[in-house]
Amino acid sequence: MAETFKIRIRNLRKEFRTKGRVVTAVDDVSIDIEPGSFFMIVGPSGCGKTSLLRMVAGLDAPTGGSIEIGHGGQERPENSMVFQGESIFPWMTVWDNAAYGLTLRGLPAAQIREVVGHYLDRTGLTKFSGAYPHQLSGGMKQRVSIARAFANDPEVLLMDEPFSALDEQNKTLLQEELLRIWEEHKKTVLFITHSVDEAVTLGDRIMVMTAHPGRTKAIIDVPFARPRSVLELRAQPEYGALVYRIWEQLREEVQLARDEAESVGVPS
Amino acid sequence: MSGRRDWSTRARVAASWGLDRGARFSLSPARRDRLISVASPLLLMVLWEVCARVGVIDVRFFPAPTTILKTLLNLVQSGELWTHTRASLQRLFWGFLVGGVPALFIGIAMGLSRPLRAAIDPLIAATYPIPKSAILPLILLIFGLGEASKIAMVAIGMFYPICINAVTGVLEINKIYLDVAKNFRATRWQMFRTVALPGALPFIMSGVKLGVGMGHILIAIAEMIGAKSGLGYMIWNAWEILSVETMYVGLLTIAVIGYIFSLAINELERWIIPWKADR
Repeated sequence: MAETFKIRIRNLRKEFRTKGRVVTAVDDVSIDIEPGSFFMIVGPSGCGKTSLLRMVAGLDAPTGGSIEIGHGGQERPENSMVFQGESIFPWMTVWDNAAYGLTLRGLPAAQIREVVGHYLDRTGLTKFSGAYPHQLSGGMKQRVSIARAFANDPEVLLMDEPFSALDEQNKTLLQEELLRIWEEHKKTVLFITHSVDEAVTLGDRIMVMTAHPGRTKAIIDVPFARPRSVLELRAQPEYGALVYRIWEQLREEVQLARDEAESVGVPS
Repeated sequence: MSGRRDWSTRARVAASWGLDRGARFSLSPARRDRLISVASPLLLMVLWEVCARVGVIDVRFFPAPTTILKTLLNLVQSGELWTHTRASLQRLFWGFLVGGVPALFIGIAMGLSRPLRAAIDPLIAATYPIPKSAILPLILLIFGLGEASKIAMVAIGMFYPICINAVTGVLEINKIYLDVAKNFRATRWQMFRTVALPGALPFIMSGVKLGVGMGHILIAIAEMIGAKSGLGYMIWNAWEILSVETMYVGLLTIAVIGYIFSLAINELERWIIPWKADR
């Protein structure tokens, strides 16, 4: 493949009309994401990062600009998303949830069995394959969601703060697991988070977004080698330095977002 | 120090007393409640029987339970009760098929499509408050005195609760599930089958319960006019020939059928909504 990008976003813009007022959520964002890279977007809450991801996922239409996703030519879905919060179907077993994309595409049963079996194994869910989501913990549910997206074998994986509802320990475990599974095929990932730690731990490049409207504030390269171990990485002084640098960029925006919320009277 | 010991002794005494009490009355509250709820209707029956025999109540209106039971056995032996029960059950079944099944599909489609909802909602809102029993004459006019009018009555009774609940059921589905289906490129039919239908099922089952109850009421009313069979006819006919016992048998049978239906629907619910079972 001669392409130098997997996702190319040009002058992307999103406006919402609420009560006669036009609110710009995403303003003039342009990004090139290389094939096989882990691209992180970090920004304060409400900065429009979820809007951006939803447009890439094809769930919302942009107001302006363009999104291109490079296609490998195979019969592969363009993208699969790991949603924030509980998104696995309560009425399906773990297995059926993980097999969802493949079943919709009508793939042969043997192939579905193999792929789903593999990803349930990789996420440690094999012995829960017959369980319903209400029998699982929050961390397990997110594992199912990750298995569902990976099993669908898309061109790019989109992740919308998939671990934000989890406690610290579960979050670290799942980040480790995600990196391990990702190492297998090195799919292009676009990952949204509000956590600087998470961005530095997982990403190859990090885009810091401004608050309201969401614009590109900085793009920062993460120099750490792969495969990474979350805990070892975090013990390095360079890690702390990079987190600090990004925080410096972000602090202003978080402050701005908070002031704005206060002036409008929105509870933060 | 001595104060502390005092407390612990008291706690021990209390604990042992509690144990003793538990041993003497070994009924748990749940079992006691169940016993009471079985005993109370039985007690009422006995009281009824005694009052009827002693002559405290007028047996022309309230025949003794044993007399009703005798009539019941006669009607079972002659096959009359089964004939009428079967006729009513058949009408309920066809009514469900004609009214309930379309209601399910229309309701889910309305839940998924805003324009469809905008088009049909006012029709439902306007016709729903009309007492279904009040349209019986119109139904008789349109469908005649035969089976069709009875089935139509049941169908109308089933349609509303099932349709309205299906709409609500789909609207109550968390939007994220629709987003997931959309993200995984589900077709319209796949969206219906994998998200809308299963997601709305808990509400739909409540609608089915209400619908079956409504069908029950309406079939009895419909069979009282212009029918030659069915439990409603049996009750009405019993009034005309002043066979009060037969009337009670009819009421009892309708009650038992209703009870069995609700048990069966609960069982069905457990079976088709396993993800809600042990919640």
